[in-house]
Amino acid sequence: MQTPALPPQGATVRARRWRRLRRTVALPLAALALSGCTVPSFGASAGASTSSKSVFHLWQWFSILAVVIGGFVCLLILYAVLRYRRKGDNIPKQSQYHIPLELAYTVVPILIVFGLFAATLVVENKETANPTTNVTINVNAFQWGWKFTYPGTNAFVYGQTTQNPEMVMPVGENVHFNLTSSDVIHGFYVKAFNFSRYALPGVKNEFTIMAQNTGTYFGQCTQLCGLYHSLMWFRVKVVSQSEYAAWIATFNNPADAAAAKAAAKTTYQQTSAIVPAKGSTTKFGR
Amino acid sequence: MTDLLDPPVQLPPVPPAHEAIEEHGHDEHHGPTGILKWITTTDHKVIGLSYTITSVIMLVIGGAFAEILRAQLATPNGTLVSFAQYNELFTMHGSVMIYLFAGPFAFGALANIMVPIQIGAPDMAFPRLNALSYWLYLTGAITMLSGFFTAGGAANFGWVAYAPLSNSVNTPGAGADLWIGGLLLTGFSAIFTGVNLCATIFYLRAPGMTMFRMPIFTWNMLVTAILILLAFPVLTAGLIMLYCDRHFGTHIFSVQGGGVPVLWQHIFWFWGHPEVYILALPFFGMATEILAVFSRKPVFGYKGMVFATLSIAALSLGVWAHHMFTTGVVLLPFFSIMSLLIAVPTGIKIFNWIGTMWRGEIWFSTAMLMAIGFVVTFLIGGLTGIYLASPPLDFFTHDTYFVVAHFHSVVMALVLAGMGALYYWGPKITGYLLNERIGKLQFWFLFIGTQVFTFPLYILGLEGMPRRVAVYPHDPQWKFLNDLSTFGAVLIGVSTILFVVNVAVSWKRYPAGDNPWDAQTLEWFTTSPPPHHNFYRLPQIRSERPTWDYNHPEHRSLGHGTHPEEHHDEVSSS
Amino acid sequence: MRVEAKVLLGLGLFFGLMCAVYWNWSLENAGGVMMFAGMLLCFLPGSYYYWWSRRMRARPEDDPNATQGQGAGFVGTFPGTSIWPFTLGMGAFFVVLALVFGIWFLVPGLGLVVWALLGGTAEGRRGGKY
Repeated sequence: MQTPALPPQGATVRARRWRRLRRTVALPLAALALSGCTVPSFGASAGASTSSKSVFHLWQWFSILAVVIGGFVCLLILYAVLRYRRKGDNIPKQSQYHIPLELAYTVVPILIVFGLFAATLVVENKETANPTTNVTINVNAFQWGWKFTYPGTNAFVYGQTTQNPEMVMPVGENVHFNLTSSDVIHGFYVKAFNFSRYALPGVKNEFTIMAQNTGTYFGQCTQLCGLYHSLMWFRVKVVSQSEYAAWIATFNNPADAAAAKAAAKTTYQQTSAIVPAKGSTTKFGR
Repeated sequence: MTDLLDPPVQLPPVPPAHEAIEEHGHDEHHGPTGILKWITTTDHKVIGLSYTITSVIMLVIGGAFAEILRAQLATPNGTLVSFAQYNELFTMHGSVMIYLFAGPFAFGALANIMVPIQIGAPDMAFPRLNALSYWLYLTGAITMLSGFFTAGGAANFGWVAYAPLSNSVNTPGAGADLWIGGLLLTGFSAIFTGVNLCATIFYLRAPGMTMFRMPIFTWNMLVTAILILLAFPVLTAGLIMLYCDRHFGTHIFSVQGGGVPVLWQHIFWFWGHPEVYILALPFFGMATEILAVFSRKPVFGYKGMVFATLSIAALSLGVWAHHMFTTGVVLLPFFSIMSLLIAVPTGIKIFNWIGTMWRGEIWFSTAMLMAIGFVVTFLIGGLTGIYLASPPLDFFTHDTYFVVAHFHSVVMALVLAGMGALYYWGPKITGYLLNERIGKLQFWFLFIGTQVFTFPLYILGLEGMPRRVAVYPHDPQWKFLNDLSTFGAVLIGVSTILFVVNVAVSWKRYPAGDNPWDAQTLEWFTTSPPPHHNFYRLPQIRSERPTWDYNHPEHRSLGHGTHPEEHHDEVSSS
Repeated sequence: MRVEAKVLLGLGLFFGLMCAVYWNWSLENAGGVMMFAGMLLCFLPGSYYYWWSRRMRARPEDDPNATQGQGAGFVGTFPGTSIWPFTLGMGAFFVVLALVFGIWFLVPGLGLVVWALLGGTAEGRRGGKY
């Protein structure tokens, strides 16, 4: 038994250790704080809509946590692997339980999980809210293309596989989508909105998106829907509200509208939807 | 306690537990030989070996499909296979790997061989049912794969067969029916194996082998078996409904007749998510055993491990709809919190694995490397799984390559653990060790290949590449990441070839002896390979490590009051 | 027996609670029914084991201090080799092929199944052969 360290000495050692720890931990943290909003994107992007941005921030929080926890666990594994490699034929201490430690790594994850759940709920409620809107777009997916109609106007966009229909929506305004499918299940996925939703036959899926940046974004069917699933693309063109109004107005010329409709009619009729009225299904069944 | 400390000669020289087994075909040497032996056997070890060989063949077949898929995606406008062939290939890749490899390899092959030996039983509780399980599995595999030889090709609706894509209008042809039929057969095979495992573990344990002395692998197999019994009947029922929709004009999953397509997803994933744990838990068990043995320590937090496994099982029935978040017709908060909670027992397991290694004496055999590789890879797969439990993040990554990368991290971790188990238990089953040098080479190919394969896929998913697409002409910049992933897949392929080479090289070359690893559990107490009905003699079972206690009586585990009566015993007897 | 019963009853209880929360919250029937069935499926064997665990002495495998000698005696009847699982498996194979290729596959399929069931039962009674 060595002579126990004198209290003042121990305190200085502890203080020095603490200072060192503070330096190693505080410096990167301070750097992070100083750099302001340059929290890394962890591969994702903020996107072009209000909800895509809040999802992105949720993503960042999850990622920071994942990197911290994952890094910590990896370091533990690395330490164990390097430190405890077998050196001789001795048998280590056969310890098997450490109740406080086990409790700690049960309780702490539970707290983290509830934290994550709370953050999830906030973003989720924001994203799935359906406020009243002025613009509504009906999206109908079919094998293998998309039909976008704008209720209350003559506008519609139609196209399949390689034709790449281009949907138009106004910027800075809540746009209500009614998503349906004519045949099998499709996935409405616009990467720039960080959002996807199934187009289910027999169900009208509703969601609201407010685009914040103008531009043309790529969208694609994500749910396997048969042979040409790989080619089921569309584009979303987000334009200013005046441009949007002008675009809608182009469909008011009856001759143009009729010609456009005729072009799409034959194929569309083959796949036209059997979509029941809204009242027939409640949100979760029954 | 004194008899525990006795030298081996003083143990009864005859099998004390099973001397009175009433056995009719009592001597294997007088039974049929050759092919007839394999067809008529009811010995769990022979059946398990059949399972092992068949499921490894399935791994190779499914892996070959994967290599073709990755080769197709190596260029944005791949023309190696047509769209139709691509759909068939990824459907069968998923189906073969999940239905025909991972499950049967775990509970048909390794559990079938190891669980009875680990608990000191002479055989499975229902040997003939066990044999039937294998024949249903084999015929199911043949049925499912024979779709490739029909006019319309194999099933092409994805391994999840979402209605209404899987109905007779959208997917006509025999391939889909063969898929359903094959799945019915393998489903029943799994159910019978589940019954068998439950009955074996409940009724055929050796004296003193209380429930809380069973090895973690056996515990995990018990929980797996319970989950099989809860989940597989649901799948079988769903498949029958699907078949009726296709052929008997019912409208269970079709809107036209008043059915609900989402019902298929509910049924499928009610099986499908417990199935994820049915796949994973056995491999968790294998890794646990390996980590403990090669760290020369008991499993850290044994009871916590058991309760973690049980709570995974409990939660597993309430998380299925996290596969359906983007349908818009499920209750998001419920499934979100249940799925997030799964992270807690899983985290406990990971910390227990680290705790097992902590202050151990780690022997880096191939099996141990595989097990450590499993922990690391599974950690990545588990952490990315937490993202997917959060509906907003799932909306954003659903059906993109992020999900593909997530579950490939998980299942490749399972492959690592499974390979580790083959290196660890192979000597017990065959009596011969595998070559360690080739084994380590295989590990590095498999481990690095897995990471090189999955990491680009995570990024691709975040950049918006959807899964199950055969071409991506709009985004040629994805080519580099896809190429990288393909390269990783090639490394994994090389590792599989190395395994086959290793088996060929090591064939009957390195005799193992009864206990080459200085292992802990009961299977290492018997000979390698074990005799008919497994044991000539059994040690006294006083902890979850009877073989270790027998070999190292002075190094029994320092449980803190877990077995107070024994410590008392020890004191009083000394 | 007691631990086995507790495992199953505990799982069943949790499924029951989860089912109650889920069904009342979501009003979605498919999942509610399946969870309820899961609960029953755990309670069925669980209550059987519980019932017996209260009425029988601890078996040697439940006794932490049991010696191997206590396990001596009749363990069970384990068949030697048997052709009937293979026959039954092939019968099931043909029955499934009947689902795909035509009803006539049922003739060999059901034939083999019935033959295997009779043969297997007889083997069990006779005591098997190899």
